[in-house]
Amino acid sequence: MAKLSVELCGVEFKNPVIAASGCFGFGREYEKMYPVSVFGGISLKGMTYEERQGNPPPRIAETPSGMLNSVGLQNPGVEAFLAHELPQIVGKDTVLIANAAGSTVEDYCALVERLSDSAVDMIELNISCPNVKHGGAAFGVSCEGAASVVRAVRRVCKKPLIVKLSPNVTDIASIAEAVEAEGADAISLINTLLGMRIDIKSRRPILRNNVGGMSGPAVFPIAVRMVWQVANRVKVPVIGLGGIEKWQDAIEMMMAGASAIQIGAALFYDPYAPIKIVEGMNSWLDRQGVKDVREIVGTVQPW
Amino acid sequence: MEPTVFQGRYQVVKKTALAKEIYEMVILCPQIAQLAQAGQFVHVKAPSFTLRRPISICEIDRAKGTLRIVFEVRGDGTAEIAQIPQGGWIDLMGPLGHGFQLLEQGKKAIVVGGGIGVPPMLETAAHYGENAVAIIGFRSASAVILEEDFQKAGCTVDLCTDDGTRGRKGFVTEALKARLQQEKPDIIYACGPMVMLKGVAALAKEYGVRCQVSLEERMGCGIGACLVCACKTKKPDGEESYSHVCKNGPVFEAEEVVF
Repeated sequence: MAKLSVELCGVEFKNPVIAASGCFGFGREYEKMYPVSVFGGISLKGMTYEERQGNPPPRIAETPSGMLNSVGLQNPGVEAFLAHELPQIVGKDTVLIANAAGSTVEDYCALVERLSDSAVDMIELNISCPNVKHGGAAFGVSCEGAASVVRAVRRVCKKPLIVKLSPNVTDIASIAEAVEAEGADAISLINTLLGMRIDIKSRRPILRNNVGGMSGPAVFPIAVRMVWQVANRVKVPVIGLGGIEKWQDAIEMMMAGASAIQIGAALFYDPYAPIKIVEGMNSWLDRQGVKDVREIVGTVQPW
Repeated sequence: MEPTVFQGRYQVVKKTALAKEIYEMVILCPQIAQLAQAGQFVHVKAPSFTLRRPISICEIDRAKGTLRIVFEVRGDGTAEIAQIPQGGWIDLMGPLGHGFQLLEQGKKAIVVGGGIGVPPMLETAAHYGENAVAIIGFRSASAVILEEDFQKAGCTVDLCTDDGTRGRKGFVTEALKARLQQEKPDIIYACGPMVMLKGVAALAKEYGVRCQVSLEERMGCGIGACLVCACKTKKPDGEESYSHVCKNGPVFEAEEVVF
């Protein structure tokens, strides 16, 4: 039995497998199948300061080996989360990561300030949402934008701060460096890739929002490449996600430089994936004679 | 907390083509069958596709541990599911969602189904037996399915076809109106196209009868975690918001739904 526990920013995870935000609700839905404690941690549904209704349906479309979604951050707002959701999920033997989103720097700060006084263990800053104050551009797609929101949030954030990066950029490693310089304690990547599908009969996009975020196994090689590039440029821990569906993928992502991994879309088609991944990693480490999962992080030997 | 939703590969013990592009499968899945309720669904994996396909439960046999599902081939995913042979294995997750709320036996119900919305009504109709009227509608005689099953369950069956090649010519809503003019049931249940549900809900309101409808939307997780299967609902004060078909539904009180 290899040691599977990892420590990120002073927080102990019993294993490196984390549920990805947006794919695991506020942690209660999958309790109908298995306890949340199978995960080292769970990144909760992305939330905003105020309640949001999200986008009109359809919000999902199938793609080859993947999917598109355009949920649009539907969530009950931070006060409802703290009053009704958080009390149901604390003390269940898994690290709780609140995923924080917003439209303006002020939104992010108000939300993070409120979450800082709660029982969540860490905060994951979601900076791939449109910045309506600046003409709909996203904070996460420029070094300056990403740095500005992390700088402001860092001042009010009393929890370990993970910054989740958008892959819809030309040089993700530079953005990672920019957020590290502003005080990010860890970096998670990748969020979804912007995509589109069209129904050729109706000539309409399948998503009512026209475009949406692509995830699933099809994006895995892109995620591995970006995690590798980022892990080579920053000193803070990297959490790798994007298309991981089996234990081999988790090992590969950690070899690319991830200290922990998140599982998202795979939960939809293989709800027991986290259990299989933890078991599979453990047996592989034993077979390899590796005593501690941390020993494989970043061990890819590039040509 | 004991698990109440299961996922696995289960054996298809019977498979039949009921009509063009309409298949029934009886699946041996005791864990799921024990807990399944009328109006709930199972989430079915097509081997080559990422997303599962939600399919309503048609009949539950807890003694035998089987579920019967009836589905229509609508695209490549359901076409692949339809390729699974009798004796083969199917990847199911369930039971999922909130089903129809069944009143005590002896109460009178009308169940209304349109097209592939007919199968989910069978288990509910069987609960009421001879106290149920089943109004089932299809495009044409060749598309008629399950008529005998509703009869066997003891229901009075009003069969409608759009083109009049079988039963009454016209829509199920016309047959429903005729029934309501004769006698008001305690409850109406419906599943079918949105336009049909809207018509059924309007009639139920007009005659002051409680009505539950089963909705459909493109779905992700099936268990309430991903929030993609949004449908607009309203509270008694009229405030509208997005609920989710997989978690809050698929069955909703008709008066809650914004059609």
